[in-house]
This record gives sequence, C-alpha cells and structure tokens, in this order.
Amino acid sequence: MAKTHVTATINGEETEFLCDGQQTMLDVLRDEMGLTGSKEGCGSGDCGACSIIVDGRLVCSCLMFGAEAEGTEIMTIEGMADGENLHPLQQKFLEHAALQCGFCTPGVLVASKALLDKNPNPTEEQARYWLAGNLCRCTGYDKIIEAVMDAAAEMRGE
Amino acid sequence: MNYLGKDVELKVVGTRPIRPDGVEKVIGRAAFGADFSVAGMIHGKVLRSPHAHARIKSIDTSKAEALKGVKAVITANDLPNIPSEEAFVGEGPANFRDMSLNTIARDKVLYDGHAVAAVAATSPSIAEEAVRLIKVEYEVLPNVIDVEEAMRPDAPVLHEDLFTQGVDPKPTKASNIAKRMEFKLGDSASAFAKADVVVERKYKTAPVHQAYIEPHACVVSYGADGQAQVWCSSQGQFMVRAYCAKLLGMDIADIRVFPLEIGGGFGGKTLVYLEPLALALSRKSGKPVKMTMSREEVFRGSGPTSGGAINVKIGATKNGRIVAAECEVMLQAGAFPGSPIGPALMTPFAMYDLSDVTIWGYDVVSNRPKVAAYRAPGAPVSTFATESAVDELAKQLGMDPLELRLINAAKDGTKAVYGPTLKDIGFVETLEAAKSSPHWNSPLGEAAPGKLRGRGIASGFWFNIGGESSGATYVNEDGTITVVSGNPDIGGSRASMGMMAAEVLGMDVKDVRTVVGDTTSVGFSFLTGGSRVTFATGMAVTQSAEMVRDELCKRAALLWEIPSEAVEWKDGKAYPAGENAGKFDPLSVADIAAKSARTGGPITGKASINAQGAGPGYATHICDLEVDEETGHTTVLRYTAIQDVGKAIHPSYVEGQLQGGAVQGIGWALNEEYVYTKDGRLDNAGFLDYRIPVASDLPMIETILVEVPNPRHPFGVKGVGEPPIVPPMAAVANAMENATGVRMGSLPMSPPRIRAALDAAKG
Amino acid sequence: MARVTIASQMCRPYMGTVTEIEVDASNVRALIRELDRLYPGLGNQVEESMAVAIDGVICQDTYLEPIGADSEICLIPKIAGG
Repeated sequence: MAKTHVTATINGEETEFLCDGQQTMLDVLRDEMGLTGSKEGCGSGDCGACSIIVDGRLVCSCLMFGAEAEGTEIMTIEGMADGENLHPLQQKFLEHAALQCGFCTPGVLVASKALLDKNPNPTEEQARYWLAGNLCRCTGYDKIIEAVMDAAAEMRGE
Repeated sequence: MNYLGKDVELKVVGTRPIRPDGVEKVIGRAAFGADFSVAGMIHGKVLRSPHAHARIKSIDTSKAEALKGVKAVITANDLPNIPSEEAFVGEGPANFRDMSLNTIARDKVLYDGHAVAAVAATSPSIAEEAVRLIKVEYEVLPNVIDVEEAMRPDAPVLHEDLFTQGVDPKPTKASNIAKRMEFKLGDSASAFAKADVVVERKYKTAPVHQAYIEPHACVVSYGADGQAQVWCSSQGQFMVRAYCAKLLGMDIADIRVFPLEIGGGFGGKTLVYLEPLALALSRKSGKPVKMTMSREEVFRGSGPTSGGAINVKIGATKNGRIVAAECEVMLQAGAFPGSPIGPALMTPFAMYDLSDVTIWGYDVVSNRPKVAAYRAPGAPVSTFATESAVDELAKQLGMDPLELRLINAAKDGTKAVYGPTLKDIGFVETLEAAKSSPHWNSPLGEAAPGKLRGRGIASGFWFNIGGESSGATYVNEDGTITVVSGNPDIGGSRASMGMMAAEVLGMDVKDVRTVVGDTTSVGFSFLTGGSRVTFATGMAVTQSAEMVRDELCKRAALLWEIPSEAVEWKDGKAYPAGENAGKFDPLSVADIAAKSARTGGPITGKASINAQGAGPGYATHICDLEVDEETGHTTVLRYTAIQDVGKAIHPSYVEGQLQGGAVQGIGWALNEEYVYTKDGRLDNAGFLDYRIPVASDLPMIETILVEVPNPRHPFGVKGVGEPPIVPPMAAVANAMENATGVRMGSLPMSPPRIRAALDAAKG
Repeated sequence: MARVTIASQMCRPYMGTVTEIEVDASNVRALIRELDRLYPGLGNQVEESMAVAIDGVICQDTYLEPIGADSEICLIPKIAGG
C-alpha cells in the first residue's frame, strides 16, 4: 500500500512521518514514533485513553487518520511536562493520588489540560461533563476531579 | 514483631507520600503490556468462534499459511491435550483441562468469541487478513445462556461428561449443573414459625465484565532451546509462568515472566488468555510474537463474572430480631465449571448473628465465556439479594434499616453461617460510623418536580486472603534502600511496601524505593488479588526490612566492637543501647553500608512466607439517588462508603479502593449487563453499549475508614480492595425503593426497566 | 480435644450426616491425618479444596498452623478472590 508523507508539529517539534491509509493517528504515535503514552483502550473513540490535542482541540487519536495530521499542531501526554518540570495537573494528580493503575491517566491529563485551556475556572459539574469521555475503572473519578479543581485553582494563582 | 498499640509512634505508615512509580505514569512513560516491544517481533491475532455452541468439524488453515508475511498458524493440535486435572487454580476451583480448552477450542466451541486458531505474521493487518482466510466448518448446536434455563432438564448440554457433584445419589444423566453446595446452621424450616414478618422474593443479576481499560497484551519470545521470556501485564507473574508451563507442557524454570505495568485487573487478569497462544506461535515461527486483544475481543473472549438468580426468604420478630433465613443461589460459570458459588453462599449473611439459616446454590455452565474472578467473586450477587431483603424486612417492621442491622450485627464471638467464630471484626463500627456520618445526618432534600428521591443503606463482607508472598530489602552502597516486591501493583501497593520498610528502618520514604520483580528476581508470590498484597506481601516485606535492621545493628556492633545486644536502632540510626555500651556517635545506614564489605558483605533481607490470618473486611454504604419519572434515568446524588480497613498504610490509596469498588458496584446496579442476540451472540461488545459509569454520572464518593486492627499483621492491615464492591447494588436498590416505592429485584436498574416498573406500579 | 465443625455439605461423601467431631491434633497436618484416619479420603479433600478456620482465623494451604487443646476448628471451602 502506498504511504503518505506527513509533516506536523508534535509536542513543539517539527516532525515528519510516513503512514498508510489504514493507520490512525494513534497507530502512528505508538508504532511509528514510539510515543506510547497515548493508549488504545477501545479503538472506537469511547474510552478517551488515546486523547491528544490537535490545533487546540481535544481529539481521540484513534478516530483520526495519520494522514489528517498534515500541517497541524499536536500535543500528546509526552508534551505536557516541561523537561523536569511537571505540569501543575500532573503534579496535582500525584499529590491527590488521582491514579491507581495509571492506564487512563495520560488521556485524562490531556483532556483536563484541554479543559483548563478553554475554561480556567470550571465548576465541578463542568469538569465532570468535560471528562465524561475519559473512562476510568479504578478510581471512581473522585480524586481525579479533586486534582483537576486543585490544579485549576493553582494555575489561576489562588 | 508488631507495630500496633497506643505507645507506638508511626512516622511513615498512615501518611500520604507520592508513590514511587507516579511520575513515569503521569508523563506517559510507564510501560504497559501493549507498549512493550522486542527486536524482530511479529504480530499474532486470534480466530474466534462466531457461534455460541457448535461442534468443530474441520479447520482448513492452508490459505492462511500461504499468505505472504504469515510465519505460523496454530490450532489446538499445537498444544498438548491435557487430561482432566482438578486444581485450585489461581482465584478459584478449576481444571487444567478446562483452562486448556478455554484457551483454544478442541472439538467444540462453547461461546461466541471462543478461540479456535491463531496466526502470527509480520504485521497486525496481515495477521488479521490471514485469520479471515482460515476456514472452519461448524455444526451449529442449540445454545443456552440464562442460568435458570441452563438448569432445566431439557436444556442443551455443554459437556457430555459433566455430572452434578454434591448431590446424593450421583446423577446418571449429564447436565449443565456442575455442582451443588449447601451451608446450614440450626433448622431454618421450623424457625420460620417464630417470625412475625417474613419477606420472600426472587432476584436476578446479569453478567458483568471487570471492564479494565487496558486490553490484554503480551510479548513472548520462545528460544530454540525451549526457554522462553514473557512480558505481559497480569495480576501475577508467577501465575502466568505456572499456567503457561502447564498449558504448553514446559518446565517452569524454562519460562521467565516480566510483569509490565497493568492497566486494571480486578480479578479479570488472574488467568492467561493470549500468553499460551503467543508461546505456541513463537515456538512455531521461531520469532518473538506480540499479541493484543481489541476491546471487542476483551468482551467476547475474556471472562466476565457470573450472572445469577437468587431466591431469598427471611423472617424476623416484631422487635427486629432475624430468626430464620433461607437463600438459594444459582450462578453462571460460563462455558466451564468454576463459578464462585462457595463465596456467594458464605458471605451474604456473614454480617449477622443468626442461628437458623440454610443457604444453598448451584454452579451452572452455559454458553458464555468462562467466568473469571471479579472483586469479591460471588459475594456482590448474593448480597444484593439478601441486603435488599433485609431492607424490605425493615420496611415491613417499620424500623430504621440501620437499627435493624445493629440489632442483628455480628460481633467478636458470633458464629458465622459458614462456620468459624468471628473475631477482631469491625462490622458494628461501620454501622456506628454510618449512624454518625455527615451523610446519614443530612436531609435528603426535596426532589424537583417529575423526580423522586430516596436514600438506601446496605452492608457487605469479604474474607480477604493471605497466601504465599515474597519480599526482599537490599541496602545499597550509599545507604539508600531497594525493596523488591513479588506482586504486580494494581492499586498503589508499591507505595505501601516502601512505606512499611521505611517505617521499620526509621528512614525517609524517599530513600526507600520499591520495584516489582520478575519471576527470577524475587521469591515466589501468589498473584495479586484477594485483597492480599498489603497484608501478605506487606508482611514479607516488613520481615525482610526487620532482618536488614537487625543486620545493621550487628554490623554497628562489629564496628564498635561491642556485643550486638548492646546496639539499638532508632530513627534510622544505630545507637549504643545505654551508658554501659560505650560512647559512640550514632551510625546511619549510609555509614554502615560504606563498611559493609569489610564487616561481612552486602546487607540483604529476604522473606518468603505463607501468610495466614487475613482479617475480613466489613463495609456499609449509604446511597442517595434521584430518579426521573419520565425517562427512568437515575442520578446518584450522594454516596458514602464506610469500611473496616484494619490499618490504612497509605490512606489515599485505601480511599481509592473504596471509591473505585463502590463505583463499579454502582455501574453493576444501574447500567452494566451483557446483552445477547437470540442466537447467543454478544450484542454489546464495546464501551459505547456496555456502559460503565463516567465522571458525569457520579458525585464525590465520600469515604470513612474505620480501623479495627488485625493482630496477625505487623501493622494491623486488613485487605481493602474487594469489600467495597459488595454493598453497592443493594444500597442503590434500597435507595430506589425508598424513592419510588418499587422493589427492583432485577439488575441492572436501567432506565427502560425503571420506567416499566414505575408504569406497572401505577397499574 | 479440638472441636471440628463443618457447616457446608462438602464433607458428606466422607462423613455422612456427622457435622461435629472431636479430634486430637497439634497442627493442621496432624488434623488432616487424623481426619483421614477417621474418614478415609477426607484428608485429601481437606488438603486440596478446603480452608481451616482455627479459633476464627482462616488458614489455607498450610500444614504448620498450630492447633490448641481447646481450639474450635471449622472446615470451609477454599477461598479465593479477585
């Protein structure tokens, strides 16, 4: 099968890759680029474990073809921290024990960042509805929401 | 030695440090099953039966084998034909022959999704194409799924050699009833005469899946000399090793299993599915093989838990004393025997002091995937029924359901229905905590127009287990500590292991790092499950840390040239014990480590134990909900989970277990079920239609940790992972009854069912 | 003498309707041997498929747990988890 050549900015770096017509962006990230932080939980856009941000928009990478990344700016979980400095969301997740097995965590963190980028002062209800697309089976979501609200407050300088 | 008692000051245990593996998880670097790769690996895919019940007449793999890129194709003929062998396998009674047949079908397929063949090829897409080219000729047979239908004498029989055990006389005709079990205390039949009020009702639950977000995945490398390496996420690297050895006919020493991070298990990953197939493919192709399940395969091909039918009859006097109880439980085992019927019978009345009880049940096979353990296996199903009945009793007596439970509560010295006299239990404490909780003492509030509000309460019990565990503590050359645990970490146990070791050594937890060892790097450990790791592996790790502490004292004594009894360990340092020992400056771990070679060699502690005396977990949950009369949709408004945890080593992770288990129970109560088509095929094999709770469905889950220490554990730990899933279904059903006046006996209480029940009640 | 009770019907094939007996045994291994002596085949069943609760504390897969002179012993099905 002929491959498409794609150029995109991924986690701030200009990146080139080849992909075939069947490969999703999730396949490309994991299999072509070794960025295995985004996970496949369902392959059908129902669980959010593959969440990435494309041109400022929260997207399930399993629902996007690799070829669609042409010319876009993409952030994955690997781009959230700044070197050794964790993003406040990442730090709060650790402090609040907002992860148990950690499998849904990259997707939840990316989705939470997308939320706070758009709405720096969400209510608990807004946070819960925004994160409704990220399934977690371990935590019951309680400590996740606490961590998101606490990170939001810190980022607002409170 | 134990660290219980009021005069023991704990510095680390009970605090909330950041877990040692946390950073790699929040930056996406932690390696789960599917994240792992080895050079030269190829990809495996499974061909699964599209029929619920069929005989395999022939399998033609020739076209698949001829496809370019295909390196191996296997069927059951590529694995040994294991004779029937009973064993207590992993998390429940089973038979290795059944496990082999469940891994790959031999003469018959017994469920939609049953593995029939597998292919390894140079890419996943070629492997998938090759799977489609395998031609299987089936003779489709009638199927049966529902547990009560499977028990009927005219039901299609799955196994010609299955005769019901536990009945006298032994039946001569094969059936789907694998086993009958019964527990009896006193004489329930005549005791009902003493009751002023009797409640009798039938209950039904649907099969539900553990629904871990990470699908099964492994990478396997079989060498030409018969030695193999397996990298996989699992609930037990030693379990994977043992089962693979058995199913492939290999020596245990020839398999090395590396536990990768696991994305949820809850009991569903206490067995192997892909690993034996990957080993056979790797052996045949001569290359390492990676296999993953798709989400659809997880639902169709891996074990969910039993659905069941339960009949309950309970009688009490007008002052609320329960005088008689009878309960019949029928559990689906799936395609092969081994449902958790034992625990289903032993747990639901364990909260109460009863003298006349009969509880019996059946393990029944049907055309569904073989069940796997799911958090407190069996208990949620039977307890849903009995705790709903207790609530109904309270209503008929005009009594507060909490008061009714207090009147009948099991205490130290109560004889449990399943036999032993209970001791060091904390059930009453959970009821008292519920009684004084903010939740119980806050008003339910007014429902909006068109909605109904209700509050419900329910309790539950789970044994928790101990078992074989190994742990090791190593002093590094710079005085920092490495702890190796024999158990995969599915809920934060790595943090607790390090905390217990740090407490013993009097050190800062940041200087004590815990890792999970592979099967060659640490002694044998029974798998992660049964709420046993903090208890049993924690015990092993604590003992290994104590050995290190004692050795550190000995080395200090050597350096000071005083007897070792004259050294004491305090706050992470060796001190001379008292004036007579001599005037020496204290020695830190780093000081002693620097001289370890000269004083005898590396300082190590290792413990391999078979921990006994696990303390049972009692839980009481409170649920407030609101039902929309028009849509039948339920919103959980407030939820409190109260549990006796013995001692919370890391309270955040203990709270997490209560919250996660409660939410799984809420999903089980309100929405989750397997939906089958008429020909026995699974209709909702994905997360869209198999609806687990999402963040917007739930409120904060309040937790109250009650601590009645278990004297058998150095820190008083009782297992906490499983009890939280036992009360929620009844708590939600009781709240539903309180809201609507309708007793829902059938789960899940999904919107169409609620609507139908509300309509029926209106007449 | 330790008192042994069985609440389940698992031991019926070996013990008939007997649900309570007295046994002289200092640990679980001795108990298994003694049970097998009184009811042939029962020892293997207990060792393979049952747990032993000694004075309320559940033990399984062990020979070594001590049994006191006045211990209360219950034989129950083996317990697993998830």
